[in-house]
Amino acid sequence: MTSRARDIVLTATLVAGLAAPFLPAGSAVAWRPLDLGLWLAALAAGAVAAFVDRGDESAAILALAGTVLGAVALYRVLDSGARGAAALGLWLGAVVLAVLAWRAMNLFALIGRNRGGAALNLAAPILLGVWTIYLWQLVVVGLEIPRVLLPPPSDIAAAMVASARDLALDFIQTFVRAMIPGYVIGCGAGFIVGVLVDRSPFLQRGLLPLGNLVSALPIVAVAPIMVMWFGFDWPSKAAVVVIMTFFPMLVSTIAGLAALPRMELDLMRTYAASYAQTLWLARFQAAMPFIFNALKINSTLALIGAIVAEFFGTPVVGMGFRISTEVGRMNIAMVWATIVVAAVAGSASYGALALVERSVTFWHPSLRKVAG
Amino acid sequence: MAAPMNSAWERLRHGHTLPILTILAALAIVWYLGAIWLNSQRVIDGYEADDELKNKWTTGDLIRDTLSMERPVLPAPDQVVVELDHSVLEVAPTSNRSLLYHAWVTLSAALVGFALGSLLGIALAIAIVHVATLERALLPWVIASQTIPILAIAPMIIVVLGSIGLVGLLPKAFISAYLCFFPVTIGMVKGLTSPEPLQLDLIRTYSASRGQIFRKLRWPASFPFLFPSLKIAVALAVVGAIVGELPTGAAAGLGARLLAGSYYGQTVQIWSALVLASLLAALSVGAVGWVERLTLRHTGGEG
Repeated sequence: MTSRARDIVLTATLVAGLAAPFLPAGSAVAWRPLDLGLWLAALAAGAVAAFVDRGDESAAILALAGTVLGAVALYRVLDSGARGAAALGLWLGAVVLAVLAWRAMNLFALIGRNRGGAALNLAAPILLGVWTIYLWQLVVVGLEIPRVLLPPPSDIAAAMVASARDLALDFIQTFVRAMIPGYVIGCGAGFIVGVLVDRSPFLQRGLLPLGNLVSALPIVAVAPIMVMWFGFDWPSKAAVVVIMTFFPMLVSTIAGLAALPRMELDLMRTYAASYAQTLWLARFQAAMPFIFNALKINSTLALIGAIVAEFFGTPVVGMGFRISTEVGRMNIAMVWATIVVAAVAGSASYGALALVERSVTFWHPSLRKVAG
Repeated sequence: MAAPMNSAWERLRHGHTLPILTILAALAIVWYLGAIWLNSQRVIDGYEADDELKNKWTTGDLIRDTLSMERPVLPAPDQVVVELDHSVLEVAPTSNRSLLYHAWVTLSAALVGFALGSLLGIALAIAIVHVATLERALLPWVIASQTIPILAIAPMIIVVLGSIGLVGLLPKAFISAYLCFFPVTIGMVKGLTSPEPLQLDLIRTYSASRGQIFRKLRWPASFPFLFPSLKIAVALAVVGAIVGELPTGAAAGLGARLLAGSYYGQTVQIWSALVLASLLAALSVGAVGWVERLTLRHTGGEG
């Protein structure tokens, strides 16, 4: 967008923001003095952020402050009686806030690109995430969307607090009891078989295409068979996870062990290194990026396997069980609460693996810091 | 000098065919042995309960009976093949006893979802590449969402859409689309940003507009990234359609066959649905690979 077009949009937004309190916000709703004050303060902050840019964080922080103040004001108005009856004034306010939030993201993104730094890089995505949740709450409450369709985030948070015990037990059943043993056995077996197969080029050539093929198959569908073989409790889920994680690890290990350049192999031979020494000192190191890649892919696959396997039969605990029964009871807020737990567990294990990877494969080009 | 006979043998030994066939043969043997081992307990229990057969059965009887049980713990491969042959070839494809009918129900949902999800993914990637703020703010979420077990929300989507009157193919297609969408977005963002600064500078010296840069440089440059993502996406679409059939006890589809089989202990039915699902996934990935080769040949890449 050219800067002229941007100025026009920002000016129009500020005018719309001034008009919003005078439009009907909903049946029998008036802006109280405090709401109005907060709203005007938000607009003032937004106006300064829009047109005064000194090239540092000040404009971005002002835009952020404006967004937060405006969000509070708007929600107070909505909460004072517009629930389910929100009208033009409120939606206009929401659009104004969206432009303010966009401006804040824009400014943070610009500073982040120019200066780098983890906190600045995280500011824009976090702002987008929080803004999405706020908008979700505003729309669901404002339009009074039925809870069975889409519960507001506040309901989901309340369900998480109220059923914290159930959620913790589900987490232990699915994540700790079923997923982790399955993940460790599946990845371990894939790695060991990969190392063994590496000694035979014949087996390698046969297993690599087959392993790639199997990685594309809907392995989750073996879940009913595993439930028959290993019963309803966690061993059957762990078995599904073993099968799902085995092949990606096998393929990555074989590819990783082949990744050491010829030169390094020759060097090890000039040192008269034994097979084991070459394997341990050189080839494992070269394989680590491949192996961590498989570990990261597998952490997501394993959680999916453990949850979906529970759809085929489980004791009365577990994340998959919770999702399928609460869906049946139309208690959608609880389903969302379980999904939040699953999402946090999934991204936390991925993040933890990424951190370990950083310290193990610090030498890899993708992790080296650019000099200067 | 190697004799021609010898070189053919060498080619076979160094190619992929022989190793793959060897491993498949080994798998088949392990499968048969596993079937005998896993099923033997139940067959022996049957012998012991029968006064006429008690203590008179031979190993040959045991092997024959373990491989032809009606509800085995692990069916023998030939039982699965017979069941596939029976339910695919001998029943009219329109009947709901035909596995082809169920496969089509699943495949149609998967393909609609694949088309929707890929188009959405490509559109989002185009937006991310052209709007810097979106790249900074949205891309981290798209990447993070890869780490979330999104398949877990399948039952909710089915039931919620069902409660507003959407049933049948579309809800399943939405799940497939949802799964397809993320790998395509990530692959396409990589692909659309793959042109070198040098190439971008050159096309700017021709005073190309943003639209022209996109059409003539970014879009063709993204193909080598697009197709691998599409292969992942189509495999995920099949998984999504199958899982989408689980929660509501859908009447048709491979997922419904799996669930029905697991309720009634029909292992042969489960295995044949599983084999057919794998074939579907492999064929879909193969089809995308075929389009990839055609496209890359057409655009002059290595094909």
